[in-house]
Amino acid sequence: MSKHNVSRRQFLSYTLTGVGGFMAAGMLMPMVRFAVDPVLKADAGGDFIATNQKVSDLTTEPKRVDFTYEQTDAWYKSEETKVAWVYKDDNGKIVALSPVCKHLGCTVDWNTDKSNPNQFFCPCHYGRYTKDGVNVPGTPPVAPLDVYDYNEKDGMLYLGQVKPHKGA
Amino acid sequence: MLNKIYDWVDERLDITPLWRDIADHEVPEHVNPAHHFSAFVYCFGGLTFFITVIQILSGMFLTMYYVPDIKNAWQSVFYLQNEVAFGQIIRGMHHWGASLVIVMMFLHTLRVFFQGAYKKPRELNWIVGVLIFFIVLGLGFTGYLLPWDMKALFATKVGLQIAESVPFIGTAIKTLLAGDPTIVGAQTLTRFFAIHVFFLPGALMGLLAAHFLMIRKQGISGPL
Repeated sequence: MSKHNVSRRQFLSYTLTGVGGFMAAGMLMPMVRFAVDPVLKADAGGDFIATNQKVSDLTTEPKRVDFTYEQTDAWYKSEETKVAWVYKDDNGKIVALSPVCKHLGCTVDWNTDKSNPNQFFCPCHYGRYTKDGVNVPGTPPVAPLDVYDYNEKDGMLYLGQVKPHKGA
Repeated sequence: MLNKIYDWVDERLDITPLWRDIADHEVPEHVNPAHHFSAFVYCFGGLTFFITVIQILSGMFLTMYYVPDIKNAWQSVFYLQNEVAFGQIIRGMHHWGASLVIVMMFLHTLRVFFQGAYKKPRELNWIVGVLIFFIVLGLGFTGYLLPWDMKALFATKVGLQIAESVPFIGTAIKTLLAGDPTIVGAQTLTRFFAIHVFFLPGALMGLLAAHFLMIRKQGISGPL
């Protein structure tokens, strides 16, 4: 055992700092954990929401599908409505696109620009996307439209989380 | 490491005299419980301040979730207490601390009173202390309404009726507090919230600063 000379003053300052730190931590730890709770809360997402769209009624023409769900925002519950543009591609596969423009977040519409038929069109800054959701080069959007996860149950269309476009 | 940072700052700003002024002072033997156990009565003031600090901290964190709105106040309190991690602890600290701060402050007042420590030259500090007492009672009264449950509502109704019993200006005082001559509702809650988290704490901090400056200037009263 080596001989360390700890002075009375040093010993007192160490013990007081230790005890004081312990007490401060006992106070602050619950408060900090309380404050950061939203970051650590597990994500509840991943549920599919039923729509009123029959899968068999879908054509190759994009159709606007509105669907509502109950959103729980801490103590506030509300009905929220989301929109998807849904169609079947040439292979009969369902494509559900988010209508949120990837430029500045306006809502895109199908086939409303007369000079560029059969494209998704954003009226805010004339952003355009081809039918598969890919942004037309030379227009403001910088990425393709997001895609909804989808599911089919009892012939009805169910939509889930919005994911970035995989193709293109 | 810490020493080096301290030295770096101290070399430039000469902060040692500043904190020495605040922290480095003699504790006379007659107020040191290690010498005379009965000197623990001198701790009440410091304990009141310590709990006040806890109240300010826990209150700051509570406002991260609380909303002063008649539709959401109770819901948000329920949410923060039951859904948020440590919510029960934080609200518990604020709830129990509120009572404890009044108990400690009362004991501190009794000590000063029975030792005659308020006498010349410390009369001004006694006056400031009494103002602090009223501010803290006001904090207790306004904070009681905020959970917006039945107990809060009816306690506030009673409190407002007491205010109304003041001769001549009672009705005006009540309306000023409640925001409406008859309803205890939306405006009452926002007003009590504003008073509870901005006006009274602001006044409290100013008065506490005066209270502490005076005790440092005059020193603690001598032994009995």
